[in-house]
Amino acid sequence: MPITAVNDFVVKFANVNGSGSASANGLFVKSILRTGVAVAARNIFPSNIQGLPTWYEVRVSGEGWLGRRGGVDLMVAMNPQTWDRDVAEIEPGGYLFYDSTRSMPPSKFRDDITVIGAPLQQICNTAYTDPRQRQLFKNIIYVGVLAYILGIENEVIETLLAEEFARKPKLIPANIEAFHMGVEYAREHLAPIGLQVRRADAVGDRIFVEGNNAAALGAVYGGATVCAWYPITPSTSLAEGFTDWCQKLRMDGESGEAKYAIVQAEDEIASIGMVVGAGWNGARAFTCTSGPGVSLMQEFIGLSYFAEIPAVIFDVQRGGPSTGMPTRTQQSDILSAAYASHGDTKHVLLLPRDPGECFEFGAQAFDLADRLQTTVFVMLDLDMGMNEWLTEPFKWDDAKTLDRGKVMTAEMLEAGADFGRYLDVDGDGVPFRTYPGTHPSKGAYFTRGTSRDRYARYSEEGAVYVDNMERLLKKFETAKALVPQPIEAKASKPTRFGVIHYGSTGPAMDEAMATLEAQGLYVDALRVRAFPFPGEVFDFIERHDLVFVIEQNRDAQLRTLLMTEGGVDPARLVKILHYEGAPITARFITREISTLMGAPVQSEMAQ
Amino acid sequence: MTYIAKPKFAHPSLQPNKLGFTRRDYEGRVSTLCAGCGHDSISAAIIQAAFELDIEPHRLAKLSGIGCSSKTPDYFLGASHGFNTVHGRMPSVLTGANLANRDLVYLGVSGDGDSASIGLGQFAHSIRRGVNMTYIVENNGVYGLTKGQFSATSDRGSKSKKGVVNHDSAIDMVSLALQLGATFVARSFSGDKEQLVPLIKAALRHKGAAFIDTISPCIAFNNHAGSTKSFDWVREHNEAVNRLDMMVGRAPITAQYAPGEMVQVHQHDGTVLNLRKLAANYDPTDRVKAMHFLQERQAAGEVVTGLLYVDPQAEDLHDSLGTVATPLNALGTAELTPGAAALDKINASLR
Repeated sequence: MPITAVNDFVVKFANVNGSGSASANGLFVKSILRTGVAVAARNIFPSNIQGLPTWYEVRVSGEGWLGRRGGVDLMVAMNPQTWDRDVAEIEPGGYLFYDSTRSMPPSKFRDDITVIGAPLQQICNTAYTDPRQRQLFKNIIYVGVLAYILGIENEVIETLLAEEFARKPKLIPANIEAFHMGVEYAREHLAPIGLQVRRADAVGDRIFVEGNNAAALGAVYGGATVCAWYPITPSTSLAEGFTDWCQKLRMDGESGEAKYAIVQAEDEIASIGMVVGAGWNGARAFTCTSGPGVSLMQEFIGLSYFAEIPAVIFDVQRGGPSTGMPTRTQQSDILSAAYASHGDTKHVLLLPRDPGECFEFGAQAFDLADRLQTTVFVMLDLDMGMNEWLTEPFKWDDAKTLDRGKVMTAEMLEAGADFGRYLDVDGDGVPFRTYPGTHPSKGAYFTRGTSRDRYARYSEEGAVYVDNMERLLKKFETAKALVPQPIEAKASKPTRFGVIHYGSTGPAMDEAMATLEAQGLYVDALRVRAFPFPGEVFDFIERHDLVFVIEQNRDAQLRTLLMTEGGVDPARLVKILHYEGAPITARFITREISTLMGAPVQSEMAQ
Repeated sequence: MTYIAKPKFAHPSLQPNKLGFTRRDYEGRVSTLCAGCGHDSISAAIIQAAFELDIEPHRLAKLSGIGCSSKTPDYFLGASHGFNTVHGRMPSVLTGANLANRDLVYLGVSGDGDSASIGLGQFAHSIRRGVNMTYIVENNGVYGLTKGQFSATSDRGSKSKKGVVNHDSAIDMVSLALQLGATFVARSFSGDKEQLVPLIKAALRHKGAAFIDTISPCIAFNNHAGSTKSFDWVREHNEAVNRLDMMVGRAPITAQYAPGEMVQVHQHDGTVLNLRKLAANYDPTDRVKAMHFLQERQAAGEVVTGLLYVDPQAEDLHDSLGTVATPLNALGTAELTPGAAALDKINASLR
């Protein structure tokens, strides 16, 4: 039986990288959003500019689920290279749409799906002579066919095309014409299918934005003035986003000069070096990178920790180790960020869930870095960083001012304040600092990565060293109350099962929770939003007999952190791991948890 | 590094500068380097230069990497903020510091290990970017702190104290700096204070990347026969192209250009560099000729010293970036945070 569903299905586009499909697919997604139906779209793309396979997976969800569901209901198969696996991926009862210009043997299809063909290439070859036009308009034509068979309103797409080409109005009629070629072909030769889009009002005032762009805007609002970076997938668009936002929001109105400085450095080491230099000198500075960059930055991160210099690093995680899978997503830098550098170090990690939190944490990271005088990581990943997600509108409170932390001013020094750069005056482990150039005779000190006493004087004495290291631990303790606190979603009935998750797993988790409840399986969920873990995280574990820890890495890195930092019995933390590179799905989580809740769970200790 | 502060008493005969500071106010802690180390002479030259230029000590930031040379910022300008960073990475930290506050004077101190080996990349890129700084390499051709290994500036054929002969060719940082676009390039010798002090003064007043390669013999590991960085060898092979006098404030442009003898170079800030030329036909404002001259004399076994190149109207990284005149670290919430109304508009554009 063909699948029938209204506003609840998955469409996957299989394309060739560099064929111009991205804008057509984006148009398709926006048209559904403009119809008032929630959509989640994900690019699954190669590390390549042209020629390799690329996919675009669109989740249409009237109920508003924004994670990947798993499975494909309609495959738009535009790439002969991946035909077999694309066809195989379609759910039984699903649909296959393809370019029927060239005939295919029956063995290339399946009996349990509905096949829809349209001779796209032939239509293009008849209508256009220019090869480039033949290629580009083919994409718009298939959008036209899809609009007809899925019931998307033509006017919505026409409006979007007019907006898209507002700056090149000559292109508008040509695109609308191509779109109608598709619609007309479908009207004459095809019929609407079982999957239908129906106008709704479920999008509200939500916005559609990439996490990298949101984090970049957060950095602007957080008062970042210095950005030093080195191109690396998937973080590059964060620096580019910051550049764009600054050009719009940070130019001095009178002089036309920049209230920011962006330097593309020679490598990641120089990037973090500049950030540390700027932070030392009192500017808010950040870099953005991915796992390999964090590996390169280790020494400076240790310096920032030990010399207590504010720095913000946006780590847009990708598949590791080594070069790994540069264009696939993972949460596999958790441990290397948390304990970056040689020696005993611990660093603050913020774990945003979506672009909304990328913005919020992106701004907050700078307050925290200044308040704690150390490196603060914002741990994005490729899934939320490079895909546009539907998210709540960004919010800002105009009463908020930048918290520069404990900075001793010339007036305070003049008034006789006892300035010890590493002196814990408030009992929170956080000392005062001075910006270079503050006072002619007071407050200067020598910053170094070597051991020193409370007044910044070089010392290799054991007691002095330990005193300083213990204060750094106290400071990390202080951080627990300052970082974003975890958020608990309780099951509707009391349960002994809990689940801990973080980051981009959130949207798929929401859906999995609802599905599990519908099956009569009750699990309390805690979304961890930062490291160090506030006490509430361990209280949550304490309150449950068994806690599933869901992660997108192989080695259960957050679980390791929970065990190490909280002394939790490993047997009570059951790992659920999804690390193939494509984002985790709701179906995967549901299946894993229901299996584990149904079957007795083996203790790792007992093995 | 040291924890010994120098006593602050000053002889009444010490003359103050225009700001009322004596030379003692520009000193630092007691050096822990070997007695007679060339680096201490360079520290003394830096102290002298800052004193004579009437720089407020706290308005200068001194940064270094790791190594003997990089320890020295503790031994001069005690009232300045200092930053002893990580090995080979001083240039990036200095660049970031400079971006944060364009109003301070930046002095980077490094060595040949720190800048020609591990830090060669950062050296090159900070010069390329035209960071407004004075970058001094205290070049002794040897790893002193780890006891006598060759560095990348050791000349091919030179002998280590243990008698090992270096087979790798040397990196000449002056040639590199010229090629990379440094707008002030000089070489000097730690044992020649008369030449060194004016060069440091001119570099500190130069806007842009000013590089001074200072040969500084390591008396512990590289001052023996067979070394090309020893006091004796350098004195015997030194070919000075000019002698520099530095004047702050614009001098009347009257008796300039006595060909072959004196050249005046006017810097952007009104300082005037009076160069007494020692080498015939040497023009310190012609980069290509400077490179040629340098290679020629080097091939003849000479160490060319003096102000080798200067672009008196150079621009710096802030000019390239078009940053505001106010230091970025002095901008507050009102200047930096666009506010809720702007955010509403942004939200609307993302639907």
